[in-house]
Amino acid sequence: MATPENSLAFDGGWEYAPAPESTDHVKIDKRYGLFIGGEFVKPEKGRYFDTVNPATEERLARVAEADGADVDRAVKAARKAFGPWSRMKAAERGKYVYRIARIIQERAREFAAIESLDGGKPIRESRDVDVPLAAAHFFYYAGWADKLEYAFPGRKVKPLGVAGQVIPWNFPLLMAAWKLAPALACGNTVVLKPAETTPLTALKLAEVIADAGLPEGVVNIVTGAGETGAAVVEHPGVDKIAFTGSTAVGRIIQQALAGTRKKYTLELGGKAANVIFADAAIDQAVEGIVNGIFFNQGHVCCAGSRLFVQEAVADEVIQKLKDRMETLIVGDPLDKNTDIGAINSAAQLEKIESYLEIGRAEGGEMFQSSCAVPDRGYWCRPTIFTGVSQSNRVVQEEIFGPVLAIQTFRTYSEAIAKANNTPYGLSGGVWTDKGAKIFKITQNVRAGVVWANTFNKFDPTSPFGGYKESGVGREGGLHGLDAYLSLEA
Amino acid sequence: MAAAADKTRERLAVAKTYKLYIGGKFPRTESGRYFKLTGRKGAVIANVCRGSRKDFRNAVVAARKAQPGWAGASAYLRGQILYRVAEMLEGRREQFAAELASQGVAARAAEKEVEASIDRLVYFAGWADKYQQVFSAVNPVSSSHFNFSVLEPTGVVAILAPEDSSLLGLVSNLAPAIVGGNTAVVLASESRPLSAVSFAEVLHASDLPAGVANLLTGYREELTEHFASHMDVNAIVYCDGGRRAARQIQSLAAGNIKRVVERSGIDWSKPGAQHPYLIRDTQEVKTTWHPIGT
Repeated sequence: MATPENSLAFDGGWEYAPAPESTDHVKIDKRYGLFIGGEFVKPEKGRYFDTVNPATEERLARVAEADGADVDRAVKAARKAFGPWSRMKAAERGKYVYRIARIIQERAREFAAIESLDGGKPIRESRDVDVPLAAAHFFYYAGWADKLEYAFPGRKVKPLGVAGQVIPWNFPLLMAAWKLAPALACGNTVVLKPAETTPLTALKLAEVIADAGLPEGVVNIVTGAGETGAAVVEHPGVDKIAFTGSTAVGRIIQQALAGTRKKYTLELGGKAANVIFADAAIDQAVEGIVNGIFFNQGHVCCAGSRLFVQEAVADEVIQKLKDRMETLIVGDPLDKNTDIGAINSAAQLEKIESYLEIGRAEGGEMFQSSCAVPDRGYWCRPTIFTGVSQSNRVVQEEIFGPVLAIQTFRTYSEAIAKANNTPYGLSGGVWTDKGAKIFKITQNVRAGVVWANTFNKFDPTSPFGGYKESGVGREGGLHGLDAYLSLEA
Repeated sequence: MAAAADKTRERLAVAKTYKLYIGGKFPRTESGRYFKLTGRKGAVIANVCRGSRKDFRNAVVAARKAQPGWAGASAYLRGQILYRVAEMLEGRREQFAAELASQGVAARAAEKEVEASIDRLVYFAGWADKYQQVFSAVNPVSSSHFNFSVLEPTGVVAILAPEDSSLLGLVSNLAPAIVGGNTAVVLASESRPLSAVSFAEVLHASDLPAGVANLLTGYREELTEHFASHMDVNAIVYCDGGRRAARQIQSLAAGNIKRVVERSGIDWSKPGAQHPYLIRDTQEVKTTWHPIGT
């Protein structure tokens, strides 16, 4: 808690008036079918599940649960569409993908509201990050469609066929864009499975795809939980698997694909180190720490969930961080003032809370901001642990929530050794005023993305993906094309 | 071998003991096991080390230890060392050709395989300071950041070398892994293991730091599972071996999400068998962001 001597006062009577995004412009159907062969169809077994607003625990819609037979239908539709789609003049194919980008931009406000309703993320993030980036991804890859021969010198490129794509609940529309845009631009057709807690923006995207006039079967969207995903992964008619999710499931998928000749990319878990040197611009670093771990409730595979602060500035950084945490507003995702929205699901909240228990039981000192949270819905105040060590579970395991584990270091080599002491290698951050130190640490951190004096930045032109157990392959940029092409001599 | 020529001078040839190459040393297998390699008339050519799981684990420790230093060496230096390997092999052409011939390769084909191996080393030596430029990118992000992606070695690479092309195939898989800053542990061809051991001597004489390349001989059937499952190996490259082995390797590799590279059915003597994508197979893409201005 803030103390009078060393911190700012936040009880000065400032209250933010509610500023909720209206949802009267948003149309959500009561029930959604599966998007197969260019139209919404009923699931074979007629089973549906609820998708819930995690901020109110109220049902938003009923969504079809695809079983093996439904997935089979979707794969067949994609296979049928593959020939014409892959042989289409590349520039024309690109123009379809451009259309998707433009329609998302036109319907951006609706997409942002639905993303926040279904997933619980603050409207500020869905409006300013998720939806614009999703449109940008389609726009970027659309332009690659007729330029692929320039991407891989000395090779001829060919699309792979039917891509099976399984995406997570933390960035539902954006992950769909990351997967679909390069796949389509390269001439593949797709069966996409959104996460069961956040299917709505993908189903809205199906509307966009239909409106854009894409040939039927080029994109098929099947909703459901793990079993549906497994049916996609294991279907013999699928040529490529793209998965974003946990390392545990990624490992199962890699095993399931053994001996099949299916190409795969895996974008898995992380436990990123965010390293603050004494010579860093401290106030900026504190903002970076907040963005690193509290962005999207910490439901971010590349979240800066391990903080390493150089001893000389540790007390100052931690105090400033606590002060800053006290200013964060937890609550209604649709309120434009909200910094931290709802935890995505009851199950995820339970997991996070179990880690809070574990962290305390292992001797960590826990601090949470003192803000009020709504009575209904799933909430977690921003949380930090100090007094933890390398072997603590809250330091080693991916929590996927707004929970930061803080440790200190003295020397450069100690920082590197601690930062790399993890089976993960997705991302990392470094804060320092010294250019040479930045280059040295970015060379030595074993991770696919390194943010220097910034954190959690994304762009369609920028490759993303992990070292070690954080995954295989890259998404985004020129390097992201590789996942959807076969390169031939 | 030179045995026949020596006979006319009534001198007993000194036969070589073929050993493993681990961490810049030539130990026998810790297991004390061996297998006999016999020539055309059934004569024993060598008692070859039948490497064990423990040998492999020792080799991985050596490879891991050597990796940061080797990755940190300049591209120019890595290129020169690989070129030096080619020079050393050039000087021992006859020995390698004779050794291949003793393992059943026709004389002219053996000569050609040695020559192609030398040229392949020169080819990859030349890539050392070039592949980065071909495969890197500066990415025009929309925000005010300088953003670039470079290749970095994936780490320790385990290689199951081709069975038939025992020298050229070995070189064609080892060179692209180490030229990119990886360190490697290689299982040599089981039926033609001698070239790998002699090639280790060439590596040893070429200023290649200890542990960068480690070569084992042994039974592939026995060692495959250990190559594929070791938790401190970052990538596995396997040549041939059939579908059942492929399934086993890919499945075990999932234990620590290894990068899996299959190179089956490749004629390593063809010009198309050398290209920089073999280097890229065991590289990671690292992307760095930094703000522009304040």
